[in-house]
Amino acid sequence: MNYLLMLYDNEDEWTAMEDEKRDGILGSYFAYTDALRQAGAYVEGNPLEHSKEGKRARQGRVEDGPFADGKETLGGYYLIEAPDLDAALDWAARCPCASFGYVEVRPVWNVGG
Amino acid sequence: MKDARAIAEETARVSYGRLLAWLCARTGDVAAAEDALADAFRAALEHWPKTGAPTSPEAWIITAARRKLIDQGRKAKTRFEAEPALALAAEEAEAKAQTQSTFPDERLKLMFICAHPAIEPNVRTPLMLQTVLGLDAAKIASAFLTSPKAVGARLVRAKRKIKSAGLPFIEPPLEQVPERMSAVLDAIYAAFGAGWNEVDGSGQTGDLTQEAIFLAQLATSLAPDQAEAWGLLSLMLHAEARREARHSGGAYVPLSSQDTTQWDRRMITAGEEALATAWRLKSMGRFQLEAAIQSAHAASRLTGRDVQSDIMLLYENLVRIAPSTGAEIGYAAALASAGRAEDGLEMLERIEKDRVKTYQPFWAVRAHILKEVGRNEDANASYDRAIGLSDNDAARAFLRSQKTAPV
Repeated sequence: MNYLLMLYDNEDEWTAMEDEKRDGILGSYFAYTDALRQAGAYVEGNPLEHSKEGKRARQGRVEDGPFADGKETLGGYYLIEAPDLDAALDWAARCPCASFGYVEVRPVWNVGG
Repeated sequence: MKDARAIAEETARVSYGRLLAWLCARTGDVAAAEDALADAFRAALEHWPKTGAPTSPEAWIITAARRKLIDQGRKAKTRFEAEPALALAAEEAEAKAQTQSTFPDERLKLMFICAHPAIEPNVRTPLMLQTVLGLDAAKIASAFLTSPKAVGARLVRAKRKIKSAGLPFIEPPLEQVPERMSAVLDAIYAAFGAGWNEVDGSGQTGDLTQEAIFLAQLATSLAPDQAEAWGLLSLMLHAEARREARHSGGAYVPLSSQDTTQWDRRMITAGEEALATAWRLKSMGRFQLEAAIQSAHAASRLTGRDVQSDIMLLYENLVRIAPSTGAEIGYAAALASAGRAEDGLEMLERIEKDRVKTYQPFWAVRAHILKEVGRNEDANASYDRAIGLSDNDAARAFLRSQKTAPV
């Protein structure tokens, strides 16, 4: 079963962070991604560009980001393979993002069957 | 004098499990008993401030809950089979409560039901926390890193099963007690483990260590002849005694560098007493061995005595009588500490990789031993794997600090 982990954090905090702290977090992300791979749970994952680069298409119109929906914005994602929701939640809890932002877990609706 | 509201709240806190156990044992229906009890406590909060608290609050609550149960049975227009038994038993209990200071304690039966072989292992601990202690699903869910809705649904299913399968609220026959008790203790230890994981300096989510210790104390007082119950209590007291010392400024501190003045000496003494009680019962088990290991660690730090070979021997026994991945990893670490790093490493490499691919302690211990034998590059890779599997910053920071810089 595939689950999408959506990583929400405060992107301004992230850009303002001292280098050493940011390097530590990046190192944790590399380690986390590698642990997912080694466990056979990794499908794909990437960070996203700043939300000011985002656009929204809606009813024939395009809006420019950033979109002030809340303090925390979607900053990256992982698509993982897990046997059940509990296992997916375990992975979400291990994600470095869960220590300073939050991780939303959504089961992927497999339309292809 | 305490006001009536305070007495109602205190009765709820102190007597909830006892009252629920008593009602369940007579109706076999956990969900109905919970509803009735909740209604009775609501009624108490409403009436007592007006009329004053009754002389026997527990008897009052039981009488009210019994009425609710009988009403529910009538409303459902089905014959309420437990009614006559319940009426009779309530009178008996009320009479007892009038003459004795405490209500009969049947919580052990409730614990046995929660850990009954017919109940799925993953719902035993939540069920025990909810019925014996009255915890709500949200708190239980946060400790077990699962959703409140999912926990709620599991609890409902389990209660339905108890009712429909007619699981008996009795203390099991003597020959079955050790095995059934072992399931009870496993469920209690799982609560402790869930609390343990959350110890991250933040301490914001459902910490169940206190609840687990309370349940183990309850088990030892209700079944004082069960050595393993004392062993489990001792193990948890030893671990809990070091809670403060395990963190310093948000960073994890391993046992060997902890400030022992931060240890809770009273709790260590209580842990030692529990272990001594367990030994006197002369029935060896995994919790007693694990408690003995923790006791030896504490003694080593407090007296400077060399305990490495004792600990190794204890692990050797543990792996033999209760083999588990955790025990094997502990044994490997003990071998390394006793100067047999190569043997420890060999032990780890024998563990099936599939079993440890997401198990953080394996990678942390493996990294530590690899570093000890001078395989720094392999050690660093293993530290990274452990970092990737950690779920808190304190552990990540500690593991990062253990890595060796490339030359």
